[in-house]
Amino acid sequence: MHTTTAELIIVAIILLDLSLAVSGSLAACIRLAAAQGVIAAILPLLAGSGAPESRAIIFSSTVILLKGVIFPWLLTRARVKANARKDVEPFIGYPASIILCLGAFAAASWLGTRLPLPETTRVAWIVPASLATIFTGFLLITTRAKAITQVLGYLVIENGIYVFGLALFVEQPLMVELAILLDIFVAVFVMGITIFHISREFDHIDTDELSQLSDWHPQRDGEAE
Amino acid sequence: MIILLMLVPLLAGLSAFLISDDGRRRGLLVSASALHLALTILVFVARPEIIPGDWFGLDALGLLFLGITSVLFFGASVYAVKYLSFEKYDPGEDSDEGFIFNNQPEAVFIGCLLLFLSAMTAVTVSRHLGMLWAAVEATTLLSAPLIYFHRHKRSLEATWKYLLICSVGIALALMGNLFLGAAGIKAGAGLDLESLLSKAAALDPAWVKAAFLFLFVGYGTKMGLAPFHTWLPDAHSESPALVSALLSGALLNCAFLGILRAAQVCAGAGLAGFTGDIFILFGLLSLMTAALFILGQRDYKRMLAYSSIEHMGILSLGVGLGGGAVYGALLNSVAHSLTKAGLFFVSGVILAAYKTKHISEVKGLFRRLPKTGVLWLAGFFLITGTPPSGIFLGKLMILKATLAGGHYVAAAAYLFFLAVVFAGLGRIFLEMTFGEAPQAGTSGKLPGESRQMLIPAACFFVCVIILGLYMPGWLSDTIAGAQRLIGGAV
Repeated sequence: MHTTTAELIIVAIILLDLSLAVSGSLAACIRLAAAQGVIAAILPLLAGSGAPESRAIIFSSTVILLKGVIFPWLLTRARVKANARKDVEPFIGYPASIILCLGAFAAASWLGTRLPLPETTRVAWIVPASLATIFTGFLLITTRAKAITQVLGYLVIENGIYVFGLALFVEQPLMVELAILLDIFVAVFVMGITIFHISREFDHIDTDELSQLSDWHPQRDGEAE
Repeated sequence: MIILLMLVPLLAGLSAFLISDDGRRRGLLVSASALHLALTILVFVARPEIIPGDWFGLDALGLLFLGITSVLFFGASVYAVKYLSFEKYDPGEDSDEGFIFNNQPEAVFIGCLLLFLSAMTAVTVSRHLGMLWAAVEATTLLSAPLIYFHRHKRSLEATWKYLLICSVGIALALMGNLFLGAAGIKAGAGLDLESLLSKAAALDPAWVKAAFLFLFVGYGTKMGLAPFHTWLPDAHSESPALVSALLSGALLNCAFLGILRAAQVCAGAGLAGFTGDIFILFGLLSLMTAALFILGQRDYKRMLAYSSIEHMGILSLGVGLGGGAVYGALLNSVAHSLTKAGLFFVSGVILAAYKTKHISEVKGLFRRLPKTGVLWLAGFFLITGTPPSGIFLGKLMILKATLAGGHYVAAAAYLFFLAVVFAGLGRIFLEMTFGEAPQAGTSGKLPGESRQMLIPAACFFVCVIILGLYMPGWLSDTIAGAQRLIGGAV
């Protein structure tokens, strides 16, 4: 029973990857990434047989609070404060995005067959789903113009990592888990502040314009803004 | 004792946010770092036993990197007092582009600096890989405000790249940690270093390999190995001199420690050959990248940053070769940290006097700032490994091991890239130290040479020269102990 639910969650996560790759609205992307984080956070409650342990409950609820409530709120605030345009401004077309995503999923499935999970977990497709989600995160970071989408990509990568970690529920002390979550929270917080500074300093948050520091254009040295 | 090492800078850092008086806050910085150094010396003298299952403990490897961090931070804190008082009266005008900017509030700067020390200490004493990860990520987050001390567009761009690239990189290292956990599920190894090492033989090799790749790319990004180094020259060139020194000398080593912990587990699992090849490949790649970009470099702080990439490549190469080369690599990491920190300190003095980072506009250091010029040139000889220097010894040991292991291609590439770097750096350093000083700007109120800003660099340089001539027994024992841990037993 639990296994079926877990497998449904995995399928949902893969579908969310694909919708992230084709979604053009920034607000929708924020919601999709949040939904993915929340769905992934249900996984530890299904691990093992019988009622979930209290440790799993604490952990899951912290993750849900962070990814489902706090992060979307922070990102939406950053979007409003930075006065960003409402679309994600991709550098490549949506068909190309989705083809890349599907290709990544194929590659991840192949890798999954090379890395068999121990018998303790019977949920299929954990490794491919996790790797494909990480790839989707990279796609968002590299092919979308705005600083906010880069943070979003970072969050999607985190989601991918958590799909794996949560489904397997690798033995880690709760304190360590919470320290890791605190780091991620502070990371998003600091990135949010930095986005605010970028929008004030540059009047936009397009990161492809952040290209003054490079060794590839030495002729630009000293050139005024 | 170990908890105290993390607690002192943590509490000092938090209280720095509350103190409003500049002088008292700077005093706190210096005294907290002096206390940290004293505690570090204490643990060197009497190393506390490692309790299995504890999250924190000190082995020879951690101790070595803790020592480097603590010494560098003390030097940086002495430097910071004078630096910050100069910055206070600086109009904050960017000379290269001529715009006005503000500085970060000093309380935030000093507070983050101390918290950064606390996080780096946590990296060196962590015995649990999850804890180690959390500490490494904390160093990224705490050092980002330090890079953005001068509030202008370029430093903001550097901060953003640093924050994003390193966070994403380190996220991959988290995946590596989880993979390592998956490798040990059957054996019940968890992520505690002790239990991982004791059960290393029972780990699933396919998962350990995948874990190592993720950890290598993840922490390698933070360490500045090519091709994941892209954030490094920007962050090092835009941050204040003492922050560059800490990033280069202390932080890169901390990230390296993360990779070394993974390598320790791999060696235990009988995968030393697999990790060795990866270390050698990326080591040579970093050397090549550094050599290429040093040749045409126009910015002297970026040049120092690329030189750091070169040295990270040397460390990686040495660890990959194994045996005596590991000793050479670790010795090199000590000597590089001291030398590079010293060079960054000196570069800060040059920047304050000349108001530019362009190499072509800095001429005649010997005439205009004689003491700085001498140190700058001495730093050049030390960093390129001219004897007597600890770096020379380290590089020589690595070369010897390369030849002894029959890696003739690697040895040839290693020597070639070192020669290119030497030539590239030589041109830049000589151009800057000799020649006529520019007339414009020499009059008026110049910061000139502050002894307090030069003494830390001079002390570090003397230490490196001493390392090249005489190796104290305690240091040699620590390095040898660390070498045994990584699996470089000869």
